Amino acid sequence: MSRPSLALALLGALLLLLPAVAGPYLLSVATLILFFAYTGQAWNVMMGFAGQLSLGHALYVGLGAYVSAGLFARYGVGPWAGLWVALAVCVAAGAIIGFLAFRFGISGVYFALLTIAFAEFTRIGFDHIAVLGGPGGLFLKVSQREAWDLANLRGPPAMFYYVMLALAAGALALCGALLRSRAGYYWQAIRENEDAAQALGINTFRWKMAAVMLSAGMTSLAGVFFAFYYNNLFPEQVFHISRSIEIILGPIIGGVGTLFGPILGAAALTLLGDGITEFLAALGWEIPGVKQVFYGCVLLAVIMWLPHGIWPPLAKRLGLRR
Amino acid sequence: MSLLEVRGVSKSFRGLKAVADASFDVAQGGLHALIGPNGAGKTTIFNLVAGVLAPDRGEIRLAGRRIDGRRPDQICAAGIGRTFQIVKPFAGLSVLDNVVVGALRPERDVSAAKKRAAEIIENLGLGAKRDLPASSLTLPDRKRLEVARALATRPKLLLLDEVMAGLRPTECDQMVEVFRALNRRDGLTILLIEHVMRAVMALAQRIVVLHHGEVIARGTPEEVVRDPAVLQSYLGEETEV
Repeated sequence: MSRPSLALALLGALLLLLPAVAGPYLLSVATLILFFAYTGQAWNVMMGFAGQLSLGHALYVGLGAYVSAGLFARYGVGPWAGLWVALAVCVAAGAIIGFLAFRFGISGVYFALLTIAFAEFTRIGFDHIAVLGGPGGLFLKVSQREAWDLANLRGPPAMFYYVMLALAAGALALCGALLRSRAGYYWQAIRENEDAAQALGINTFRWKMAAVMLSAGMTSLAGVFFAFYYNNLFPEQVFHISRSIEIILGPIIGGVGTLFGPILGAAALTLLGDGITEFLAALGWEIPGVKQVFYGCVLLAVIMWLPHGIWPPLAKRLGLRR
Repeated sequence: MSLLEVRGVSKSFRGLKAVADASFDVAQGGLHALIGPNGAGKTTIFNLVAGVLAPDRGEIRLAGRRIDGRRPDQICAAGIGRTFQIVKPFAGLSVLDNVVVGALRPERDVSAAKKRAAEIIENLGLGAKRDLPASSLTLPDRKRLEVARALATRPKLLLLDEVMAGLRPTECDQMVEVFRALNRRDGLTILLIEHVMRAVMALAQRIVVLHHGEVIARGTPEEVVRDPAVLQSYLGEETEV
């Protein structure tokens, strides 16, 4: 076994054993890290691989969450059935945005603006959907359970931790395989130079659509998780642009387009962000917004000193390629 | 037999005629050149053939099949590989990966595409640089990379847009040798746009001369350089003072 895969296996084993040793607080932080590692990985498919900047990924988290939670709360459809509907809705939403943009030649910042616009008007739209609670929110029945009810996604925090771990590991494996495949080469070619990519026989419209739809579909599963983990949904929260920013900070700080950047970025941001809040709280200082100020500072530092993110220089030092 | 047939093709940009009723053929297995002064419409013709632009009028056929108005990726799939006058490398990817992207058109499998790409890179003298990022290449190497990528798609017809420009005479002669070998040994049909007459005269079997978007002469290099219309367009009309 090579050293990198040994390290990865060790990390995997450590993460599997974590709930046995970690307290509830640490476990919730770890779950949050995995959540952002997963959504960051999903966003990275679109931006990091195919070069299409989305600033509205909260749309897919929100749609995935609302569709699955709405089906569960109103019609009693379990999450494992509901997630397929959520998946289909998000892939369709991604397809609509992608089609509008790529068919009519909207690219770069204008594409990013389009993604924001869709997330924002969906947020406002959901304020008016009474059956899903409108601005008052949609709630799932909370019951503290020790027993795992995986079929209904009800259970103790450790269960949610393992679900998120499985999703993050699956996304890592999927993205790793994609990068080495024909799709990975085509997406990176489109990211680097679309005209040249098309001249080499790549149907750029089709492959960009594939990237957006895959990214949207992956993100929808994070939405399903979000709904059943937090049990409450408000349009002002799940669809908010600050959510979209939170999703993309991890991969940007970790390294856009890399496989481990989103994971590393999510871990660094969540640990340090929550760590600072906790540390200050322990000193008796409650400073609202300190986490956001801290995020801003980290982003500035990374842009100045590590313009490609933390992972590429680290990988170089470790003697790895990616 | 003609591999490429351009028939009565016109293209205007906001009323300005870039190409006017241009017709010419490229023979199967031939090595032809398209020359003309700046602004003669050479690159526009290339872009019409490569599918970047659709002609206003006229027909373009590859091996008898209409290709005008199709998308660049469809034209690549039909068998035309092209380079860009202003090079467009995939800067963040390695030299090998740049060429693998092209090789994935004929080879569905990534490892087969890698093998094909490595051979082409070796052929074009980029072997020592295969793992470097394309952004680190010098201009002559970037031009070679353009050619390697286009070749990797296994074209029937290779369109070369000023790949000699900016090269030193010795580098230019090396490129000439590469294209001659591709044409003679592998039977690849080549159409090149070139300003460097040294390369054109050494390589081209037939030359088409464009001026103000119109074909003003065609023939062997010897015929073309003696043609009065060509001399006039390049050197200007003699005027009485």
